[in-house]
Amino acid sequence: MADKKIFAGGEFLITDVAPDDVFTPEDFTDEHKMIYETGSDFVEKEIAPVIDKLEEKDPDLVLELLGKAGELGLLGTDIQEENGGLGLDKVSTTIVAEVMGPAGSFSVVYSAHTGIGTLPIVYFGNEEQKAKYLPKLASGEWCGAYCLTESGSGSDALNARTKAVLSEDGKYYILNGEKMFITNAGWASSFIVYAKVDGEDFTGFIVEKDFPGVSTGKEETKMGVHGSSTRPVVLEDAKIPVENVLFEIGKGHKIAFNILNIGRWKLGASCVGGCKGCVAEAVKYANGRTQFKVPISSFGMIKTKLTDMAVRTYMSESMMYRLAGMFDDKLALLDAEAKKSGAENAKAIEEYAAECSISKVYGSETLDFCVDEYVQILGGYGFCAEYPAERYYRDSRINRIWEGTNEINRMLVPGTMMKRAMQGRLNLLQAAQAVAGDLMTYSPLSVELPDTPLALQEHIIKMSKKLALMVAGVTAQKFGANLAREQEVLAKIADIVIEIFAMESGLLRTLKIISKDGEEKAKYQIAAVKVYVDEMIPRIESWAKQIVSYVEEGDMLRTQLAGVKKLARYQPIDAVTLKREIADRIIDLESYPF
Amino acid sequence: MNIIVCLKQVPDTETQIKVASDSKSIVTDDVKWVMNPYDEFGVEEALRLKEKFGGEVTVVGLGPKRVTESIRTALAMGADKGILISDDALEGSDSLAVAKALAAAIKELEYDLIFTGQRGVDDDLGIVGAACAELLGIPQMSIIVKVEVAEDGKTVKVTRPVEGENLVIESSLPALITTQKGLNEPRYASLPGIMKAKKKPLEEKTLSDLGLDAAGFGEGGRKMKIVELTPPPARAAGKIVEGETPQEKAAELAKLLHDEAKVI
Repeated sequence: MADKKIFAGGEFLITDVAPDDVFTPEDFTDEHKMIYETGSDFVEKEIAPVIDKLEEKDPDLVLELLGKAGELGLLGTDIQEENGGLGLDKVSTTIVAEVMGPAGSFSVVYSAHTGIGTLPIVYFGNEEQKAKYLPKLASGEWCGAYCLTESGSGSDALNARTKAVLSEDGKYYILNGEKMFITNAGWASSFIVYAKVDGEDFTGFIVEKDFPGVSTGKEETKMGVHGSSTRPVVLEDAKIPVENVLFEIGKGHKIAFNILNIGRWKLGASCVGGCKGCVAEAVKYANGRTQFKVPISSFGMIKTKLTDMAVRTYMSESMMYRLAGMFDDKLALLDAEAKKSGAENAKAIEEYAAECSISKVYGSETLDFCVDEYVQILGGYGFCAEYPAERYYRDSRINRIWEGTNEINRMLVPGTMMKRAMQGRLNLLQAAQAVAGDLMTYSPLSVELPDTPLALQEHIIKMSKKLALMVAGVTAQKFGANLAREQEVLAKIADIVIEIFAMESGLLRTLKIISKDGEEKAKYQIAAVKVYVDEMIPRIESWAKQIVSYVEEGDMLRTQLAGVKKLARYQPIDAVTLKREIADRIIDLESYPF
Repeated sequence: MNIIVCLKQVPDTETQIKVASDSKSIVTDDVKWVMNPYDEFGVEEALRLKEKFGGEVTVVGLGPKRVTESIRTALAMGADKGILISDDALEGSDSLAVAKALAAAIKELEYDLIFTGQRGVDDDLGIVGAACAELLGIPQMSIIVKVEVAEDGKTVKVTRPVEGENLVIESSLPALITTQKGLNEPRYASLPGIMKAKKKPLEEKTLSDLGLDAAGFGEGGRKMKIVELTPPPARAAGKIVEGETPQEKAAELAKLLHDEAKVI
């Protein structure tokens, strides 16, 4: 473990990663396993019985449950010990986020509270602010909320109109403005509010609900997560003591963006929990529902659905814990002094901003895929509110919108990586040039693969990385400084990179299981990687072709297309049989099988 | 007040149990192992008494290394220390042999009360508690739903449900109590508890550490042999009674109960 390689953000795309370099759920310590059990037990015994009642948005019930979660320490994994938390590693945080995933609207209350509602103070609060607010947030006595969005500034978050002006006596900032779509607003006691000091300097403030001039507006009527509260927060000459300025005047964007990084990866983890719930519920139904005198789980198309849900969930799960491990490895490097500094911690996490965006997009779209198939497997019952599938379907949808829309996050994947390349933090350009050179001599027909499980998949993922670098390279060359305007192409590059990270996370995890427990024990994981790679390579090839077809023309285009074809050369496998095997395992276990 | 809780690790009740090809054991590949739910009541009761009277709670488990996970869970709930009796020679032991090993480990400890589940949810035998008490020469009260220790900590009054009534039994201490559902609502292992459990002592002992001869344990030492394990028979499909009116349906039902089910 001591030799674990620390990767730069985005480096996975230009380098080979070894199985021992990644953290996987199979590496859980006894403590991790117990945290998983406690969290799952909490959801099963405290949340599941009241899940319908929660939809009625009863503040007393929500705060009672939040208090219970606080008692168990579920709200304090990221909060330092001296402030009433536990200061645990990021793997533990990921575990709690995951197990809360199937908790319906409570998972929204929980995520907003422990994430954006609490972390700004954890990472950017001064000692007095931490001592004053964190113990209450850790215990669940107070619920936290986060106010960034306004009616006129959503994705363009820094363009806020809420204004802060210092009072004449210098003791208060007077805030005026209206924040929109504030999760937990109806029952929160503290709000992290962003406002521009004198209309210029974007700054964070800790605002208590009882400060004069603070109020909340009407509840929004939403498509899903009905049990969560979403309201505007109104600031009318609100008096905020100067000691409640969070971090530094004019540095609000630092808080906002760092907190979003963390929120994105935790959202991904939460989605994994939801996905596992879908698989388990869907297979139970499919085993119990008889049509044409047999359980519908015996039909090939239902089997395919169950397998696709579980396989994607496996990739998503592998990705989230891999990323948690990357954070922990990186944070472990901080010296004792830096460990105490929230800003240093946030900086270490920022290293993986691109990976956070990948997790957000992949996690939320995997969940959306799963809830959709879950409804479909239940047929007419899936459409009726009597079964949980209908709620799952509605509740999932918001995840592609908040914490930065998936469109914004898609832009950020290549955007962040290219920025790092410009700053000299990531050797993207050299790697892209090397690919162009390799392409001349590389011949897919002369590749000899070792006789090991997943050798083909390992090879083709390596080639996919080259392909990504190739198309990113030609695109960057063509558009230079105007690249950001080419959203359609950037989104396709993002899709290729996201799928590479997903496939590779599943692959490395599986190789790690094989080396620990042998091939037989990893049988279904091996099958999962095979069928997923088999499905993704043709898609990646097609995206790459679309990109070069836009960027190049004539002879240059023909050369590039030949390059794409060469790198993506892959002989499909018999995925139908493998998918049936995985499905039979899901049907037998009646749960997520990995 | 020093309390001991004997703990067994069993397949999670939600695990699908499959009989192995030898027809005498189960397939353990996909089994999720948990603390026997009846033993959880014992851990909870011990912790409540400790909160009231002070003292220490020691958890004693027996079995392969994986049992440490369940002992750690008890420590995370609040128990003070753990002992795992683990020895290859124990593999295949019957209830009596298990009780012998537990009693040998407990004999070396100071205790006022011993709790154990009224039975394991795996083989449902309910022998270990009684056998252990017998080997230690102390009173045993089985299937208990209420425990009241006297203020002076010298005696205990317990309640056992019998045919819809309650039997109240009083005993001197030390004594052994086997716990039944309804005794309490076991607490969760909290996250702070889990982190603290990491530092709590967990000792591992072999049969020779306990001064026991391996010959009396394992398959060879069994007094009771498993002849065959069979899954419960598959339930036959239900029947919906047809009929236009309630009267017709009732008549049809009565006919079926008489002619087919032959119960009336």
